[in-house]
Amino acid sequence: MNKDDKKVVKNLMFVVVGMFGFGFALVPLYDVLCEVTGLNGKTGVQYVSEEQMQVDTSREIKVEFLANLNANMPWEFKPLTTALRVHPGEVAKVVYVAKNTSDRDIIGNAVPSVSPGQAASYFMKTECFCFTEQVLKAGEEKVMPVVFIVDPAIDEDVREITLSYTFFIKPGSEDAKASVEASPAGSVSIALSTPLTQH
Amino acid sequence: MSAVIEEHHDDHDHKPTGIGRWLFSTNHKDIGTMYLWFSFTMLFIGGALALVIRAELFEPGLQFVEPEFFNQLTTLHGLIMVFGVIMPAFVGLANWMVPLMIGAPDMALPRMNNWSFWLLPGAFGILIASLIMSIMGMGSAPNFGWTFYAPLSTTYGPDSTDYFIFSVHMMGISSIMGAINIIATIINMRAPGMTYMKMPIFVWTWFITAYLLIAVMPILAGVVTMMLTDRNFGTSFFDAAGGGDPVLFQHIFWFFGHPEVYIMILPAFGIISQIVPTFSRKKIFGYSSMVYATSSIAFLSFIVWAHHMFTTGMPVATELFFMYATMLIAVPTGVKVFNWVSTMWQGSLTFETPMLFAIAFIFLFTIGGFSGLMLSIVPADFQYHDTYFVVAHFHYVLVTGALYGIFAGVYYWLPKWTGNMYDESLGKWHFWVSTISVNILFFPMHFVGLAGMPRRIPDYNMQFAEFNQIASIGAFIFGFSQLILLYNVIKTIRGKNTEKATDQVWEGAEGLEWTLPSPAPFHSFTTPPTVK
Repeated sequence: MNKDDKKVVKNLMFVVVGMFGFGFALVPLYDVLCEVTGLNGKTGVQYVSEEQMQVDTSREIKVEFLANLNANMPWEFKPLTTALRVHPGEVAKVVYVAKNTSDRDIIGNAVPSVSPGQAASYFMKTECFCFTEQVLKAGEEKVMPVVFIVDPAIDEDVREITLSYTFFIKPGSEDAKASVEASPAGSVSIALSTPLTQH
Repeated sequence: MSAVIEEHHDDHDHKPTGIGRWLFSTNHKDIGTMYLWFSFTMLFIGGALALVIRAELFEPGLQFVEPEFFNQLTTLHGLIMVFGVIMPAFVGLANWMVPLMIGAPDMALPRMNNWSFWLLPGAFGILIASLIMSIMGMGSAPNFGWTFYAPLSTTYGPDSTDYFIFSVHMMGISSIMGAINIIATIINMRAPGMTYMKMPIFVWTWFITAYLLIAVMPILAGVVTMMLTDRNFGTSFFDAAGGGDPVLFQHIFWFFGHPEVYIMILPAFGIISQIVPTFSRKKIFGYSSMVYATSSIAFLSFIVWAHHMFTTGMPVATELFFMYATMLIAVPTGVKVFNWVSTMWQGSLTFETPMLFAIAFIFLFTIGGFSGLMLSIVPADFQYHDTYFVVAHFHYVLVTGALYGIFAGVYYWLPKWTGNMYDESLGKWHFWVSTISVNILFFPMHFVGLAGMPRRIPDYNMQFAEFNQIASIGAFIFGFSQLILLYNVIKTIRGKNTEKATDQVWEGAEGLEWTLPSPAPFHSFTTPPTVK
């Protein structure tokens, strides 16, 4: 290989390695883009209201609630209310119930998603079980509230919003059972008077 | 397989002999020949799969294959045609013609050239082995379509997906090395006086294509690597349950995939830009606008990828951006089409087989371009998405576009390669039978697509039956008419009952390759020519 060819090959190899890296860099870039723009239904962190929102009574938005489980998650999980009509700006509360049907303690994480994507940044959650990890002992059942406000600035075209949660086992937690016992979160659980399956 | 039959021995060719000549070849002509034969072989394999698909679709209901196997057929057909036919054929043409056109003695990196080629039979051996194993009842071949969307290829992919991943890695390495070689050759080995703006358009289009390859093949390697770790090493790039996102797969795939479709057409543009001036006996109209149009298409190819994903639920603003950016591509493409037509305008035209294929290319590729423009319109795309309309569109641009460009190039340069004229009347038979049948094959697909027939299904509603029968009849005629080309090529190589080709071959041909004897000697331009 002569000197000129070596130079071209070297420069082009930098491009090749760089583009291979760029392919992987697209993963966090995509996440950041989705978070900033609210695309793909990624919702924000806990909303703290600075002032009372103006309730827009002129229109109603139907909010539907979904519950999903990761394939490896041995829980039962469902919303007690499947749909609710709210005015934008109004504070609303719904309750989800989860039950650990396995014979071991499990730490779960719930990942929320809002559809349509353009509604995600207007869907404010002031209280949500998705902000913290949830610990359920074997056979334990737990009610988990979600409190939310739909921002009145939301586009008039949006008449329905779907809020969906997926519970999955906290990565790495299955190996560390000890941390479940030590976690204080387990003590706040409330036993439901009615079995989960009747809802 | 000996492509070059020595007649007049006017320079001192020392050709290696036997199988070693091909296994250890560092000669750009031999490697080009191997690429072209590889591509030709794959064309018949991929074509055979297509004919099984069309036989199954001749009637509604299940006739010959199970739905699971049908999915493997569509997947392998797509992968073989894209990566095994179109791309290697273009690399083969580049190997043969780029050094001859710029007055170089060989490619810049001849040993790497050998390796680039010999990775391909391995890559496709693995891929095709998975299909053979499937036929023998040993598990499924890849069955998720050539676009291998997650989670079909991750969570639900068959075991052979890992073969597929390895195969794609090898193809990617082969393409990247081929592209580096072409760029190094063009930058460093042009004959004295051959400035960039004097290079033949075919060299220009390959120069730009090689940069596209270097930019996006590593992205493809990256995305299959993510699939590999998702499948085997517990990552969740594309698994929503683990915090990943299957839509991310589509973004990364199409960030590779859209430039990839231009990789498959730009060299064809280059071939047509060589052929049309020759048979019009005029210089190409608008040389520099051709170069800038090709560069613009290459640039735009990086900012339109999401037009493949309009139905994934994107915000309106994003859809509008990708719609307008996509439509913008019609401008440089239109410049090229008008330049070809203007080149023919008032030329003294003759219609030998390469010119016939070139004119058919211009006409039929433009039809494919227009259906692409229809697909770019977001509200319309919601109807067209994943229907046979899309199938019709990309077969018009890839078969009557890319493949016709390759056919035209093979007929155009075959006399230079072999020293013998091909059989013109067989060439015309090949052209007319192919061109009529290819339209019988693909044109009805527009109508069934608009009527709502989805792609990638083995069975369909009764209402689509007539158009599918017409398409299947066209498919069998088109498929078997390629045997005429095979026969013609073999006949030309053997050189019995054929005319000897002159050095210039075509009356209106200009360029360095036509200053060499026919057949081009094993070693050419050992002293560089001077370009005025």
